[in-house]
Amino acid sequence: MIGAGLAGLVAGVRLAEGGMRVTLVAKGVGSLNLSPGVIDVLGYAPGRVDAPREAIGRLVAERPDHPYARIGADAVEEALAWFTGRVPQMRYRGDGPRNLLLPSAVGVPRPTALAPASMAGADLRGGGRFVAVGLSGLKDFYPRLLADNLTRADLPEGATVTARHAEISASPRPGRADVAGQVYARALDDPPFRAEFAAALRGLAEPGETILLPAVLGTARAGEVFDELQERVGLAIAEVPTVPPSVAGMRLNTELAGAFARAGGRVVLGVEAVGATGADGRISGILIRDAARTRELPADAVVLATGGFSAGGIELDSHGALREVVLDLPVSGPPEGVPPLSERHLDHQPLMASGVAVDGMLRPVGPGGEPVWDNLYAAGTIVAGAEPWREKSGEGIAIAGAYRAAGAILEET
Amino acid sequence: MTHQLHELMRDSLDHCVKCTICETYCPVAAATPLFPGPKYVGPQAERYRGGDANADASLDYCSSCGICTQVCPQGVKIAEINSQAKAELAQERGVSLRDRLIARPTLAGWMGAPVWPVANWTTSFGPFRLLLEKVLRIHRKAPMPRWAGRTFQSRTRARRRAPNPSAPQRQVVFFHGCAANFYEPGTGAMAVQVLEHNGLEVIIPKQGCCGLPLQSNGQYDAARAYVRRLAAQLAPYARAGHDIVATSTSCGLMLKREAHEILGVDDDDLKVVSERMFDICEYLVMLDERGELNRDMQPVDMEVPYHAPCQQRGHGVGTPAMELMALVPGLRASQVDAVCCGVAGTYGLKAEKYDIAMEVGRSLFDQVRASGAPLSVCDSETCRWQIAAATDRPSVHPVEMLHRAYGLG
Repeated sequence: MIGAGLAGLVAGVRLAEGGMRVTLVAKGVGSLNLSPGVIDVLGYAPGRVDAPREAIGRLVAERPDHPYARIGADAVEEALAWFTGRVPQMRYRGDGPRNLLLPSAVGVPRPTALAPASMAGADLRGGGRFVAVGLSGLKDFYPRLLADNLTRADLPEGATVTARHAEISASPRPGRADVAGQVYARALDDPPFRAEFAAALRGLAEPGETILLPAVLGTARAGEVFDELQERVGLAIAEVPTVPPSVAGMRLNTELAGAFARAGGRVVLGVEAVGATGADGRISGILIRDAARTRELPADAVVLATGGFSAGGIELDSHGALREVVLDLPVSGPPEGVPPLSERHLDHQPLMASGVAVDGMLRPVGPGGEPVWDNLYAAGTIVAGAEPWREKSGEGIAIAGAYRAAGAILEET
Repeated sequence: MTHQLHELMRDSLDHCVKCTICETYCPVAAATPLFPGPKYVGPQAERYRGGDANADASLDYCSSCGICTQVCPQGVKIAEINSQAKAELAQERGVSLRDRLIARPTLAGWMGAPVWPVANWTTSFGPFRLLLEKVLRIHRKAPMPRWAGRTFQSRTRARRRAPNPSAPQRQVVFFHGCAANFYEPGTGAMAVQVLEHNGLEVIIPKQGCCGLPLQSNGQYDAARAYVRRLAAQLAPYARAGHDIVATSTSCGLMLKREAHEILGVDDDDLKVVSERMFDICEYLVMLDERGELNRDMQPVDMEVPYHAPCQQRGHGVGTPAMELMALVPGLRASQVDAVCCGVAGTYGLKAEKYDIAMEVGRSLFDQVRASGAPLSVCDSETCRWQIAAATDRPSVHPVEMLHRAYGLG
């Protein structure tokens, strides 16, 4: 596996559990640590999606170059069922075939397929009464903005939301103006601060209201922290994702990396994959640059999960040429004459959809559709054709693609 | 610091997207509010440095463990930038006598070796340690190694052979580091026996200190002089085609990468040595991958916790110690879930940082104690001393487990 993000880890876990000897190499830890910890499958296409499975069907009919067209809607369901079983501590919850609608950090309803139990309670589809509670030391969480935006949110018909805000000053580092999310989270793992925090929450909300808190409620013992806080306060609590550092993303990364290690997977961090050796259409090894030298890591199969343009898997040079950084694979980018970037940040950005095109087995292909290497697979945002942050499709593509690529390797070998 | 490489390191900070991953992995920031985190003192504060003065002295609490650079997904050389800035801070403030002394293991080594029983008595004598804390600010409880008397160099003088270009692959050079020379010659001897047991001849040339402690304590000029001298001692062997194998994982990393990337040393001697430098576990796994490792081992029926030290992780070779221990029948090694033991070379010895270092290592110590194992395993010597002192049980180099499995002890 090249890359330590969601796709690399998922493929790694499935292969290692399937009895393969798996090594994961990466420049650094993956961006899972920055993610909100929810599992998006398809949230916008282009309007807000209520039933992602059906929407994927329509999407791939219109966009045969989309990664879901290669992965298949059926594989998504199978892969997600497998995935949630690998990370039981995350306690993922969904609503069958329908998306949840959870508040973002700034109070925008955000469609997502699965969320940790600690977040799922903020589902806005049926409306509700909320109290957004800020922590005075956590400067990047704005309870008033969250509450105000929730009251004017675009919700399904009939759903009404009332929301107000409050702030508590309980802090693991009293007197400090700027306390990072992970500092709160680690402190909440310890019972004494947890008790102090619960006491501060009491009385802030009335029966029937749900308390919204930044997603910093514990790291290693998050499940226990959440249950105990709800019990002590006597009200429903829901976590709202924060800007990075994202504690919920860190929990997912830790649990998934733990599953990989338990299955016997090896991680080599801080190295750069710079090429491959091989002959007759098959890769025989990946070249990695470590502290002293470039060496070959022999491999029977390789999964490329380095991420797209924003993650560094694809580079754009000053002449406008796109390059896949590890294996110099053919890149599928914006057609000639299309400007790679549009002026408005959240508009369609053709550059961000660039990546490698893959075949039905998730193998990168050349311009004629033939695999570049018979035993090379790609998963995650390195696969061309999606704009995950606009579609809210990132985790679905990564998990299902990696699951399928790993499945193909298990069948082949 | 004007060398070109410093500019390259500085340029890397333009890749920082402020994702904060380094902050969430930093073991020191998790242990104390005195250190605001690697991004804060690094890619952020670096923009305000240069010219008149350092913007913020909290940088001094960085332990130089290097975890930030390893986890950075953008390739920012955070630890390298911070090490260089720390050196400038040290020059501005003036380097204390304490930091001059603890940065020169050979000095303490040579002072203690001839009078080792006396030296060992004094460093374990409470009132003397209290005096040491008052006068030099070396914490009275900080783990200190015991002098072994005769140095490893003098014990192995017969192995001081010239390079042999006609059969270099059968002969490897052993780089033992200061720890094996003055304090743990037993570890050095076991490494030699394990290598010999695998059909290799071991050459042990005259060799000095790599200068890493000087680098960590901001004394770059002296560090450069040390590492250049060492590289010149080892280079003839590298040029003849001998691989160089090290048991001291941090000193090996210094020669592989840090002297170049942090100190900006560009000598040919260093280059050729770094290309031939291997950590001993990395080397033995490589032999195994080529089918050349002796796999005839006796059972060692034991459960052991293993800690991969920060500097070992910096090699980018995974955890070869775990792979080797997995080959030993009966040996059940499990990797401790911890980033750092806290000591980071000389950091944890300092009176003002000892408590932080102990807090950094707390979870590691708890896991070692909870394992109930009679010993723990770790590649790096200062980490072993820290872990052993904090857990009341020996901590050994992985090569010692192999030594047992080969029935050499």
